[in-house]
Amino acid sequence: MKARGLYSYTLAYLLFLYAPIALLPLFAFNDSVVIAFPLSGFTTSWFEAMWNDRAMWKALRNSLIVSGSTAILATVLGLFAARASTRHAFPGKTGIMGLIMLPLVLPEMIVAMSLLVALLAIGIDLSLWTVILGHVLLCTPFAVAILTSAFQSLDRSLEEAALDLGETPVSTFRLVILPLVAPGIVASLLICFTVSLDEFIVAYFLAGTEPLLSVYIYGQFRFPSNVPAVLALGTVLVAVSVLLLAVAEYFRRRGIARTGGTAGGGFV
Amino acid sequence: MTDTPMIDLSDVQKYYGDYHALRGITATIRPAEFFSLLGPSGCGKTTLLRTIAGFEEISSGLIRIDGRDMAGVPANRRPTNMVFQSYAIFPHLTVAENVGFGLRRLGLDAAEKTRRIGEALEMVGLAGYGGRAAHALSGGQRQRVALARALILKPKVLLLDEPLSALDKKMREQMQVELIKLQRQVGITFILVTHDQEEALVMSDRIAVMFEGEIAQLADPETLYRRPTSRRVAEFIGVMNFLPATIVSEGAGRATLEVQGLGRCEVDVPAGGAAANGGTTVGMRPETLTILYDGQAPTDRSADGTVDEVVYYGDMTYYDVRLDGTDRPVRISMRNVFGRPVLNIKARVRVGWSPGALVLFR
Repeated sequence: MKARGLYSYTLAYLLFLYAPIALLPLFAFNDSVVIAFPLSGFTTSWFEAMWNDRAMWKALRNSLIVSGSTAILATVLGLFAARASTRHAFPGKTGIMGLIMLPLVLPEMIVAMSLLVALLAIGIDLSLWTVILGHVLLCTPFAVAILTSAFQSLDRSLEEAALDLGETPVSTFRLVILPLVAPGIVASLLICFTVSLDEFIVAYFLAGTEPLLSVYIYGQFRFPSNVPAVLALGTVLVAVSVLLLAVAEYFRRRGIARTGGTAGGGFV
Repeated sequence: MTDTPMIDLSDVQKYYGDYHALRGITATIRPAEFFSLLGPSGCGKTTLLRTIAGFEEISSGLIRIDGRDMAGVPANRRPTNMVFQSYAIFPHLTVAENVGFGLRRLGLDAAEKTRRIGEALEMVGLAGYGGRAAHALSGGQRQRVALARALILKPKVLLLDEPLSALDKKMREQMQVELIKLQRQVGITFILVTHDQEEALVMSDRIAVMFEGEIAQLADPETLYRRPTSRRVAEFIGVMNFLPATIVSEGAGRATLEVQGLGRCEVDVPAGGAAANGGTTVGMRPETLTILYDGQAPTDRSADGTVDEVVYYGDMTYYDVRLDGTDRPVRISMRNVFGRPVLNIKARVRVGWSPGALVLFR
């Protein structure tokens, strides 16, 4: 009886989580401006509308630039921080690592506001770069968390063995460390990209006049006639997300299998 | 053996913050020697090995390898290679890629590389394993890959950090013999770190016994076993019985002692001798004492006692015998000879001994 109770709880939970997302493609293909049942017919015109929307393309391009740059920058910074915290002891280490991880729990509103005030005070014009700056701040803790666990599972003597066999610290990093933490790097890039892509508050505060996808979508809801096209865009984004996740998971499992481990954890 | 040492350690000191890990190590290691660093965990033996490899910088002192001062020379430019305790096999590479890892910088052509990898694999008995994934190997095979990988560069010195500790007993004994053979075959200086005294005795030409960052004694296995210079070394290597003694007279390398349970005798006194520490005692190994048959004449001296405990090992029996006039038993190991029954507890026995086998500690 108890098992059945838990089972229905799980079902209800999953329904709550995914039913709204399932509605997305439903209404994206529905031949009506009104988002309500009953459905009135099948159409792909909303996808057409989305496709022909120049503003959407601009926002998408900007978002890809921001998210891509953020993912790479945050992961590189995360690599340094994770490496330093797992390999070296230095004064104030706990405090420094704590400060790096802090944006994870700081209210984004506060971060965005203080960044805006600071940037305006210094006299830096708002642009995509200021958004990237803010997003790197928010994403670096994710990168550090993921990469720290990757570095922790790395046997230190592997590094020493490579040095011992004549490699320099730099080539050791390239030949031994990078391949072994590669799954962590991929995971970090992916998470940072996703976090940045759907981030709204910092994007809204720091983008200036540049449109970003999350801000653009929010803006579209002011015009009811545009909503179905936004749903079409959402459908495409969900499909791409699932695809990305599947690809990343495939590479992660292949990496683990190659080093003899069994795949566990991960996203899927 | 040539006179120029392969490794010359001179007053090597290592501090980790306030912790004094190496307290003035001075030793020379000869070319083609199988040298062991033996001691309990935390005695600094691994630290010393790592300073030779170049993974740790020394705080002061001098390390010379093949006549060259190693100060400031990083691990990748030292003529040493190491077999790690965890083996440190690169999990993302095949066996052949692991073994050939060190060849990358030598600029060899592919055929020469393949030849040398094949040669190295054959040397450790893994011919034909080159294409396997490194993670699919057993413990013993990983160890061999680690050996082949370290030897392929033909280092002047091979460093082994407890290489056998992860193997089971049978495998360990087999690898001990293989390592000795391999060392003779390649003629490279081997330095082995181990906490296993038996392993050190079996494999080494010479052993440095270390306690608390210092070398307590450096000698060949037989001297170390027969003539330990301190009680601590004697207790760490094999079993040693101790009996309290008083010095009656002393002079010219000899001393007359009154030993509890054994009586008066004359023994050699090593030059220098160990420092006074907890009174004077004499030590003797279990196999230097003999339980005499009824009516058997001792080859040298004898003393009477009572059997306290009997431990039967099949080929051997260990007897704990309390000599008359002593309060603690001595251990005696006897080969079990056909036709001679194992004695019972409480049996009265005569114990044959020889002053020449006694070691004086004070």
